[in-house]
Amino acid sequence: MEREVQRVRAAFRSGRSRPLTFRRQQLKALRRMVQEREKDILAAITADLSKSELNAYSQEVISVLGEIDLMLEKLPEWAAATPARKNLLTMLDEAYIQPEPLGVVLIIGAWNYPFVLTIQPLIGAIAAGNAVIVKPSEISENTATTLAELLPQYLDQDLYAVINGGVEETTELLKHRFDHILYTGNATVGKIVMEAAAKHLTPVTLELGGKSPCYVDRDCDLDVACRRIAWGKYMNCGQTCIAPDYVLCEPALQDQIVQKMKDAVKEFYGENIKESPDYERIINLRHFKRILSLLEGQKVAFGGETDEATRYIAPTILTDVDPGSKVMQEEIFGPVLPIVPVKSAEEAVRFINEREKPLALYIFSQDNKLTKWLIDHTSSGGVTGNDVIMHFMLSSLPFGGVGSSGMGAYHGKYSFDTFSHQRPCLLKSLKREGANKLRYPPNSPSKVDWAKFFLLRRFSRGKLRLLLLTLLGVLVAVLIKAGHC
Amino acid sequence: MDPFTDTLQRLREAFGSGRTRPAEFRAAQLRGLGRFLRENKQLLQGALAQDLHKSVFESEVSEISISQSEIDSALRNLRAWMKDEKVSKNLATQLDSAFIRKEPFGLVLIVAPWNYPVNLTLVPLVGALAAGNCVVLKPSEVSKSTEKVLAEVLPRYLDQSCFAVVLGGPQEMGQLLEHKFDYIFFTGSPQVGKIVMAAAAKHLTPVTLELGGKNPCYVDDDCDPQTVANRVAWFRYFNTGQTCVAPDYVLCSPEMQARLLPALQSAITRFYGEDPQSSPDLGRIINHKHFQRLRDLLSCGRVAIGGQSDESERYIAPTVLVDVQETEPVMQEEIFGPILPIMNVRGLDEAIDFINRREKPLALYAFSNSNQVVKRVLAQTSSGGFCGNDGFMHMTLSSLPFGGVGTSGMGSYHGKFSFDTFSHHRACLLRRPGLEKIYAIRYPPHSPRNLRLLLLAMEARGCSCTLL
Repeated sequence: MEREVQRVRAAFRSGRSRPLTFRRQQLKALRRMVQEREKDILAAITADLSKSELNAYSQEVISVLGEIDLMLEKLPEWAAATPARKNLLTMLDEAYIQPEPLGVVLIIGAWNYPFVLTIQPLIGAIAAGNAVIVKPSEISENTATTLAELLPQYLDQDLYAVINGGVEETTELLKHRFDHILYTGNATVGKIVMEAAAKHLTPVTLELGGKSPCYVDRDCDLDVACRRIAWGKYMNCGQTCIAPDYVLCEPALQDQIVQKMKDAVKEFYGENIKESPDYERIINLRHFKRILSLLEGQKVAFGGETDEATRYIAPTILTDVDPGSKVMQEEIFGPVLPIVPVKSAEEAVRFINEREKPLALYIFSQDNKLTKWLIDHTSSGGVTGNDVIMHFMLSSLPFGGVGSSGMGAYHGKYSFDTFSHQRPCLLKSLKREGANKLRYPPNSPSKVDWAKFFLLRRFSRGKLRLLLLTLLGVLVAVLIKAGHC
Repeated sequence: MDPFTDTLQRLREAFGSGRTRPAEFRAAQLRGLGRFLRENKQLLQGALAQDLHKSVFESEVSEISISQSEIDSALRNLRAWMKDEKVSKNLATQLDSAFIRKEPFGLVLIVAPWNYPVNLTLVPLVGALAAGNCVVLKPSEVSKSTEKVLAEVLPRYLDQSCFAVVLGGPQEMGQLLEHKFDYIFFTGSPQVGKIVMAAAAKHLTPVTLELGGKNPCYVDDDCDPQTVANRVAWFRYFNTGQTCVAPDYVLCSPEMQARLLPALQSAITRFYGEDPQSSPDLGRIINHKHFQRLRDLLSCGRVAIGGQSDESERYIAPTVLVDVQETEPVMQEEIFGPILPIMNVRGLDEAIDFINRREKPLALYAFSNSNQVVKRVLAQTSSGGFCGNDGFMHMTLSSLPFGGVGTSGMGSYHGKFSFDTFSHHRACLLRRPGLEKIYAIRYPPHSPRNLRLLLLAMEARGCSCTLL
């Protein structure tokens, strides 16, 4: 492992990953990989998550292709220097912010969307000119193996490496020094990653999770709301970091919600859900058992069937859930939707604010004022109103958490910026040294006044005016020197 | 017992009440800060003179005016910065409202250093208050006089239910860091930066670390030695060298060194007179520990200029060292004093190699008449910030982010960057319940037809899918 990390670092030092043409070439190669080896990629994802190929494509591959295309299109713009607004003292200089690669980036992927959650950050890191080490989740074994096989066949083998392994290998990997680490997973491991990063002063982006609340107002189109919630909740068998984790609503709405969600589930997966090619399975036995234990002592309004042999858990809804019960203590990450009755929107807000800041907040209401009020009085990574998941899909929105749901963000330009150092540059000339006499010691009260003038006065318009001011500055300097001020 | 629990609890509750959210409240706090500066200018100048023998000019230029300027900028731009930022939409979200909401994090901890105790305390504070946070300020105990003013006078100008100053040394810092904050802003050394980040990790608290390092200053053969010497000397000896972005060492050819030395001597004499110790414009070392550390560095290489010291005043003369080995202490640690070593290199390539062999610095300087040379240094190195043909002027431009990279730090601030640093950027997408028929293509049961339509809606150009 040591050798591999050193090899990647040496490759970065060579400067090969910096030119825009190289970055574009690598992104295009990645694109080719996704298109040419689509079958292998889909086979791996479907094997890991018992997912249909259509789902794997629409949930993972589309996003990856979209992100690559976006990077290819925007790269020249995003990699270019941004001119900065100047002040009086710097009027005749060049001032700009230059994005630069950070160096060697470590991306630790997750198992629930094993392809996109590893590759989408990779795209951003490559676009920003870095070398990358990818550590796919060992739990989604097939995707991990496939990525290790495919990436070296299409990308520069020294700059981009895949390192596979479990807890031991990851711990070992984290002892090395990186220039940025992006980790997707849970808060417990997130803390370990950040602690390891602290030893090297490595900046981190942590995409974690939590319990994403879904508030359903009485004033909303319940049919649509329930379909959308069912879609977002049961997609990938609930194993989505931004799935609506639980519902908050007035007690009177519970029954209607249950019924309408039941209808939606039937519409999506048919009478025999187990047979539906669109319904996934729980990733492994450990999680299967974990989710099962959350059902203990709960009022199952709908669903609840399980089959350990296939790790199948039916789309399930729990009603009248007690906030103190186990299912409300941890992120569910499964197809179980608790409904916690609350008397009002105020109570819902109090409930949400008593808990850790979630990765996503969902609000279903036709009342715009109420929606705005809910947003104003809570915090979360992101918000989707009258739908679920969708804020993830818009690449002009940063995707990330806050508090224990994470730090930093990515997607689109946010990926590019996350993996770049935005370096401020000021280029002056060695001429006009006369003007500088104003700042050099020995100092005097009038020098202080002039310094204040230049520091506090804001520049408005007109190069002429500035030229005049600069000349004035020089004149003043000369006058001070001659002892006339 | 933990002296901080109550204070932090109180501030958290205040934040929870929503007091700090409205623009009027934040503006009032910022105006309070402005009044603090204006009404206590003499007091602050006096404290800075006590702590660092800082001249009125330096206090004005590098502490008070800079802070005032940031306050003014924040007041002017507050509402614009607070506004929801609309973002571009794709086909699927055309009719929706998509924007980024800037929100305060909550309880922010600002840990400030001793070298610019007013600037490096107030400027981050401006950002944190403008962004609507409650703030705990931990000024440096090393700059004792300024600490006193900040602890006793500053709170009177701010709403004390949302702001507190906590005092103490390393032990108290350790205790403080065990608590949970929603953001930590730290300015100081990389060693302590690691401790802060490790403590923050336990609570998953995001951080901005403004650290330091050895800022290289490359001087090309093609330049006017006196101009370069003026500029390098001024930025090196400003605040007696105790500046995180000061040029730490010079890289130049032996020929250039020969021309630079007399020019540096000339500049130093012009600035501080024949007897710099009696110049009111030269500061002093902050304390005995640093004085001793610096005095030891004087024995590295050979003293070409200066080299005098006076323990009773913690005075060290503006010094230039030559014939220095890379392995000597003066080239191993950030100097943070009025000592400038000159390292010889044979050409630009060697200089760039030298720079790249070391940790990424907070600032990097290159002096040359040739724009090409300057741009080459810029392109082939990395650093927090860069200035060509001058010292840390880039810091005075609040439209440029100020921060480090690698061991010189993470995150940045100044101007709008401060506001953004102390805000959570919350992605918001507000949709309508209508148009459900269109969105239905995303629901199961899935079919190639739906997939085709989905690809269209997501504007996935040129997607050839084998499933279709």
